Amino acid sequence: MPHSAPASQHAGTSRFPNTPLPPRAGAGLKAEHIDAVLTDDYRIGFLEVHAENYMGDGGPVHQALAAVRAEFPLSVHGVGLSIGSESGINPLHLERLARVVERYEPAMVSEHLAWSSHDAGYFNDLLPVPYNSRTLDRVVSHIVQIQDRLKRPILLENPSTYVAFEQTTMQETDFIREIACKSGCGLLLDVNNVFVSATNHGWKPLEYLRKFPLELVEEIHLAGHAEDVDDEGDLLLIDAHDRPVADAVWKLYETVIIQTGALPTLVEWDNDVPDWPVLRREAQLVEAVLDRLGPASLLGSRHAAG
Amino acid sequence: MPQGKVEPPSPQAGFGAALLNPDLPLPDGVIGPGGKAATKRFAVYRNNVTVSLINALADIFPAVQRLVGEGFFRDMARIYLAEEPPQSALMFEYGAGFAAFLERFKPVDKLPYLPDVARMERAWLDAYHASDAEPLRPESLGAISPENLGETIFTPHPATCIVQSRFAVVSIFSASREQRPLGNIRPLEPEDGLITRPSDAVQVRTLPSGASLFFEGLIAGATLSQAASITLEQHSGFDLPSAISAMLEAGLFSSCTPGQTVSEPVK
Repeated sequence: MPHSAPASQHAGTSRFPNTPLPPRAGAGLKAEHIDAVLTDDYRIGFLEVHAENYMGDGGPVHQALAAVRAEFPLSVHGVGLSIGSESGINPLHLERLARVVERYEPAMVSEHLAWSSHDAGYFNDLLPVPYNSRTLDRVVSHIVQIQDRLKRPILLENPSTYVAFEQTTMQETDFIREIACKSGCGLLLDVNNVFVSATNHGWKPLEYLRKFPLELVEEIHLAGHAEDVDDEGDLLLIDAHDRPVADAVWKLYETVIIQTGALPTLVEWDNDVPDWPVLRREAQLVEAVLDRLGPASLLGSRHAAG
Repeated sequence: MPQGKVEPPSPQAGFGAALLNPDLPLPDGVIGPGGKAATKRFAVYRNNVTVSLINALADIFPAVQRLVGEGFFRDMARIYLAEEPPQSALMFEYGAGFAAFLERFKPVDKLPYLPDVARMERAWLDAYHASDAEPLRPESLGAISPENLGETIFTPHPATCIVQSRFAVVSIFSASREQRPLGNIRPLEPEDGLITRPSDAVQVRTLPSGASLFFEGLIAGATLSQAASITLEQHSGFDLPSAISAMLEAGLFSSCTPGQTVSEPVK
């Protein structure tokens, strides 16, 4: 993956090994798992952290992450930049992200197609945007601003959503493709989000994937979802990150890997976090899929060259 | 848009207001797919925001939660977060105004120590995330010549915080966090809490009488002799040597600057 490693890193002076995310399984890093991850005979392919958890000035969280980063490739995943915000990117928060990126020299930096802050405050959730040219321009300019500051491309993640907007004039897949083309960002495909949003909006997940620019995908996310019902009593899926990946999402993931080849694939488990071996088992299921289907992929050896 | 028409509030302002106030109608433009209703759908966002912020407050203020009970705490947190949603995406900074909220929140009037317990918890987390710094080493202080010691000033460690209280705040905080019984604590006995992080771990101490005034003086930039004399005026039994060894052990300060000798030559 030649475009994963930032060009600005200089080998030799780096405090951390300069490695890209491998096309293997990764896990979302939880504080309670750090000792187990570091001492496990099974070496997970990479670890991903929420950038905001490491935006404090100091303390034991930084020592723990530095120990992890010394041994594993790291991906930094922001949840608070509010890329879809009407009120612009908070320059202070962008500086904080830049500081995390400079501190840990991660192999990958990603954020969400969503907003979470407004003048009233920070909502601590990933909120939806209408898909139209006005939002498109806004999101593109924000991503350009972020990439200029970080001096590297970021990945943008497709959202899970529960409502639609009257102001939407574009399909999500076209909207995301346009953002990537105009901003130069890469894409993070969250396969669980595809399944959740498709169910919630009555799309066909396979059709979504057919229209999605898979050639721009550099990382995949998988997670568990919960089931609820909407106003009419129809199934409404919630992106809960609180359980194993659903069978239907595994199937969808397999169809992606058949097309893209092996890609770095993260298992997220953020609520009701289990003991490390349970999360490790999910990661090993990912690796089984990558080993079985990655080499036979339709897009060929695009990512296999490493 | 016709000239002179007032600009409507931004869509995200309306969306955000409706997130925090369930009495507001669905935000403009929010719909379900294919003409479906969106009330329950929008409620997913309301629930996500509310539950995640309540959980954040419960993580930051576990002692307060234990003192009032989980159900009460969650109801109270729901009221607080609507009044003061976080202003930053750093959730570990949330709740700076929670102690002040508890002071004006009538249903907890009977627990007058609760705001100070919240202050301890907020200070604990601030100390946990504070900048790394080596605590002042005893040798550094010992190397200062006796004639310069009195004029020495100290730089506080970034994690250091003192919580002065009219209540037994340290005993209540510690017993509550460690799930110990609270029955034998006399809440009206004043305690001042000292929070430091000399190594990885945050440490909490009860300050002896007078020490709080002494340390606050040093933190504010007073010289050693100034802080000591102010303290001795109010606490005649103040034990200066013990206070100095406690301050070194707790890591209150990261460095010190010796006073200048009187005979220092002109520059």
